Amino acid sequence: MNDAIDNAPVQKLETGIPGLDLITQGGLPEVRTTLVTGTAGSAKTIFAAQFLAEGVKRGENGVFVTFEESPRDIRRNMRGLDWDIREWEEDGRWAFVDASPQPDELVVSGPYDLGALMARIENAVTRTKAKRVSLDSLGAIFTQFSDAAVVRRELFRIASALKRLGVTSVMTAERRDEYGEISRFGVEEFVADNVVVLRNILEDEKRRRTIETLKFRGTPHQKGEYPFTVVPQEGIVVIPLSAMELKQGSSNIRIESGNAELDKMCGGGFFRDSIILVTGATGCGKTLMCTEFIQGGAKKDERCLLFAFEESRDQLFRNATGWGVDFEQMERDGLLRVECTYPESMGLEDHLIQIKKTIDEFKPHRIAVDSLSALERVSTLKGYREFVIGLTSFIKYKEIGGLFTATTPSLMGGSSVTEAHISTITDSIILLRYVEMLGEMRRGMTVLKMRGSMHDKDIREFTIDGTGMHIGKPFRNVSGILSGFPQQVALDELARLGGLFNPED
Amino acid sequence: MNRFILRLYVTGNTSRSERAIENLERICRVQLGGRYEMQVFDVIERPELAEDDRILATPTLIKSLPPPLRRISGDLSDTEKVLVGLDLQPAASGYEERS
Repeated sequence: MNDAIDNAPVQKLETGIPGLDLITQGGLPEVRTTLVTGTAGSAKTIFAAQFLAEGVKRGENGVFVTFEESPRDIRRNMRGLDWDIREWEEDGRWAFVDASPQPDELVVSGPYDLGALMARIENAVTRTKAKRVSLDSLGAIFTQFSDAAVVRRELFRIASALKRLGVTSVMTAERRDEYGEISRFGVEEFVADNVVVLRNILEDEKRRRTIETLKFRGTPHQKGEYPFTVVPQEGIVVIPLSAMELKQGSSNIRIESGNAELDKMCGGGFFRDSIILVTGATGCGKTLMCTEFIQGGAKKDERCLLFAFEESRDQLFRNATGWGVDFEQMERDGLLRVECTYPESMGLEDHLIQIKKTIDEFKPHRIAVDSLSALERVSTLKGYREFVIGLTSFIKYKEIGGLFTATTPSLMGGSSVTEAHISTITDSIILLRYVEMLGEMRRGMTVLKMRGSMHDKDIREFTIDGTGMHIGKPFRNVSGILSGFPQQVALDELARLGGLFNPED
Repeated sequence: MNRFILRLYVTGNTSRSERAIENLERICRVQLGGRYEMQVFDVIERPELAEDDRILATPTLIKSLPPPLRRISGDLSDTEKVLVGLDLQPAASGYEERS
C-alpha cells in the first residue's frame, strides 16, 4: 500500500447521521473500514443503510453489499425511514451487491476464494463512483461458506481492496452478548482498526439503545456509551449528551413570569434563557404557574409551547379558563401550542427527539413542561438524567425560557428524583408547599435559587382563585415549612430570636 | 437425455482457474459426451454477468439447464461432489479416470 497514504494523519468523513459526528469527533475514519457490531435487533442494518443514505443526500454515492437480507427486503424496510432507495438506484447513486443466500444448495468441490464478490464490489464502486460502501452483515457469509479461514482471508483482502478504491466503508457483524467478545468469528481482528458497538440493553424492563466508539486507531473520539434511538422518517439519532458543548450564551434580559408579585420576588422577572424548576406536591399550584407563565408570554406576543404529560388538552383548557386565562384565543392567535402525550407512549429518547422537533417547528419563545417528573417512571435513572440534560441544554442553546414542573412524592415536602437530579442544571428553583396551620391547609412558596440575581428569601403565602395566583405576606410565625414539618412559633419568641441577630435594635 | 448448459466463473488466469477448467472439461467429456455447452467467464472482465448469476466464490460452476439450477464452488477437483451437484450418477469410466 502507498506509504504516503499510510503516514498521513487519519482524516474523518462526516457521516451525516445525527449526533454521530459529534461523538466520533468528526465522523468515521476516511478511506478506512469501520466495524459496527451489535446483538440481534441492535439496528446494525439501519446503521449500514443510513451511512449510505446520508451520503447520497450530500452527493456521495454508495454501494450496499448485503449478505443477509435481499435488496428487495432492504428497499421495503427502509421505506419507513423515508429513503427511496429504488429512486437512488435509478439515478445511479446507490447500488446493491446482492450476496444474500440463494435458495439452491451450494456444493463445494475443492478450494475456492471470493474473487467474484470482490470483482462485483469493485465493479459497483467504479460504476457509481461510490465514496461509501456498507457490508451487512459479515456473520451471514460465514454461514454460507463453511470454511471460516478462507472467509477471513477473503474479507481481509476485500477490506484492503476497499482502501485501494478510496472508499470509506462500514462492515457490520453480530455479537452474542451486549458485554462480551466484540463479534462472532473474531471478525474485528482482521477487518478493521475501528470498532463501533451498538447496544440494545434491557435495564429494569426497559429497552435502551446505546452506541459506543470502542476504538479508532490513530484518531481521537468520545469515550463511553451514548444513547440513541431510531426515529421514523429519520433513522438513527444519537443523543450526544456530554459531548455537547456548553456554549450557550447567557443573557441579562428579563422576561415576565406572568405574575407581577413573583417577578418582584425574583428581582424583576426570570432571565430570558433560563430554566426554572417549580416543584411541589400534587395540586399545590404547579399547573397554574405554567398557565400564568404562558399567559405572561402571550401578553407580550411571545409564542409559547406547552408539553403536558399529566393532563389532557381538555383538562388544561378548562383549568386555564378557571383561572381566567383563555388558551383557545391564544391558540387562534398563533401564540400557543399544546402537546399532550402519555409518558408511556414512547421511550425517553424518542420523547426528547419529538420535543426538539416540535421546538424547531414552532420556534417558541417560552416552553413549559408539566410535569417533567411524570417522565421519571418511563426510564431508568440514568436515562432520565440524560434526558433532562439533553432537553435543558437544547432549550438553552435555542435561548428559550423554560419552566419545568416536578411533583414531589409526599404532600408536605421532601424531594423528588427530579429535584435531586436536575436542580444543579436549572437556573432557578421555586418551591411550592402545603403548610398546615391551625387545622387548615394553606399554601406557601419560596424562590430557593435564582442564578445571577438577588431574590426574595421569604416563604410567602399564596392563594388561588378565579383570577389566578395571589402571593401574599411571608409566613412569619411558622418554621420548618421546607422540611415538611411546619411548626408554629410564638410571636414573642420570634421577636426574641430576631433580637439576637440585631443587637443595635 | 437433456443438454447441459454450464457456465464456469473464474478469477483471472490463475493456476486454480486453469485447474477448474481442466477438471470440468474432463468430467463433461467422460460423463456427458457431446451433450453439453460450456462457457468460461473471468469475473474481472465480466463482473456484470457474475452479478446476474449472484456469484460470490470463484471458481463457481453454474448448471442452468436442465433444471434445477445448481451451483458448485471450488476447483472441481472432487469429481464425486461435482457429479452430485450436477445430479448425475457417476459413470463407470468416471471412476477409472479418477484412480
